[in-house]
Amino acid sequence: MANHDDASEKKETRETATSEAREKASFAIPVAKGLANTLAHVMRREPNTIHYPDEKRTPYPGYRGEHRLKRDELGREKCVACFMCSTACPAHCIEIIAEEAPWDDREKRPRLFNIDMMRCIYCGMCEEACPCDAIELTPVYNIPSRTRGEKIYDKEKLLSL
Amino acid sequence: MDSGLWVFAIAILKAVIIFGVVLQIVPALVYFERRISAWIQDRIGPNRVGPVGLLQPLADVIKLAFKEDLTPQGSDKWIYRLAPFLVYAPAILAFAVIPVGQDLQVASFGVGVIFLLTISGFSVYGLAFGGWASNNKYSLLGGLRASAQMISYEVALGLSIIAILMTAETVDLNQIVRQQWGATTLGLMQWNLFQQPIAAVVFLIAAFAETNRLPFDLPECEAELVGGFHTEYSGLKFATFFMGEYVAMITMSGLMVTMFLGGWSLPWIEIQTSPTAGDIALSVLIFSTKVILLLFFYIWVRWTLPRFRYDQLMNIGWKVFIPISLLNLGLTAVSGVLGWNWLIPLPW
Repeated sequence: MANHDDASEKKETRETATSEAREKASFAIPVAKGLANTLAHVMRREPNTIHYPDEKRTPYPGYRGEHRLKRDELGREKCVACFMCSTACPAHCIEIIAEEAPWDDREKRPRLFNIDMMRCIYCGMCEEACPCDAIELTPVYNIPSRTRGEKIYDKEKLLSL
Repeated sequence: MDSGLWVFAIAILKAVIIFGVVLQIVPALVYFERRISAWIQDRIGPNRVGPVGLLQPLADVIKLAFKEDLTPQGSDKWIYRLAPFLVYAPAILAFAVIPVGQDLQVASFGVGVIFLLTISGFSVYGLAFGGWASNNKYSLLGGLRASAQMISYEVALGLSIIAILMTAETVDLNQIVRQQWGATTLGLMQWNLFQQPIAAVVFLIAAFAETNRLPFDLPECEAELVGGFHTEYSGLKFATFFMGEYVAMITMSGLMVTMFLGGWSLPWIEIQTSPTAGDIALSVLIFSTKVILLLFFYIWVRWTLPRFRYDQLMNIGWKVFIPISLLNLGLTAVSGVLGWNWLIPLPW
């Protein structure tokens, strides 16, 4: 019985060995194909990358970059400090303190409107939540700064963008 | 001048020039590797430093020179310091016997090939020592793999070379080159590549494994071993490892060219018995062109094939290449006894 087991095991290993050998023999063609492919890329030389700081890629329409606050035709901020954006924000990066508006057509306006760009995940939920179309994500994506403080955008900065 | 001194001066001059050129090839090779890999991956590659990025290797070297030279805690300091040189020295030393031009080599021994194999086998010590002395488990694994891999593939490498030595009946590399020369275009068939195709393929693949290049770079293995044996090395020690690796690549290409691709000879160019300086320069040019083409092949393969698994590596080494090269050895012996000069009988 034990002998029989041994024999069947041996047969099995032989079978796997032959299939392994077959696998190895079939190596050559894919390797040659791969080499031909890479050589074709060397010859064609059409890089997908660009000389970045010199040439910049134009973002696709709908690209979500830096935020800005819009003004209405009278030059006032459109924002009515409804807190919809800061409620919708999954990253909790919008901080608003409201004050009474001096105008008749609305009750409130933001006294303080800070966006922490380091926390923002650029999801665009604030833009969608806004009932007044006051906040918007621009396609500007290269926004470096030297300090973390610079990355907290206040109302003046957001309005000026 | 005293003739003994004159011979000595010539030898020193040859050593300085040939080794100097080999060392200068390394940065160029690094640059081309980066550019070619970029092209293969549809990128641009380094092109900022100097014209088309040609000064990039220089910038890299300066950066490496100013890096902090770390020695990890608990490391075996002497062996740790020794290891990079044990990789680098054998690689450059082995190049000494390779004829870069007609009868032009740093040291002409009668035992050329055997010296080369012996010396290049030493570089495994560097890898194993580096892995051991770093006091890092990844490094140790890398060193272990390096020693296992290099010992396995050295057998196949040696056996494939023995087949050539059997037909050539000499170990003098210049003689082997001369034997591969034929006057006409069909003289190309005199190359050992066509005379001993099995040995050539085995040699090429074993050379890849010996130089730890992809698809056989298991000792380094960035993905699993974070760099393997040189994980802990930084600054100029790392640079020395790196240099050693590339010099080994050049040495292996040089050996491949000499053994299989006709060395410094081309079928259309007559080998002069008393060569002028021009003839020697031409032969050097032929040799370098062949080596550069082979180095391109190395780079090309590296950026095409993925790494082997460890068991695949061992299986291929012991179960495929060693039997094949032994078989080839037997075939060569039988054909030699039967009086065919070549494994493939020539049609003329």
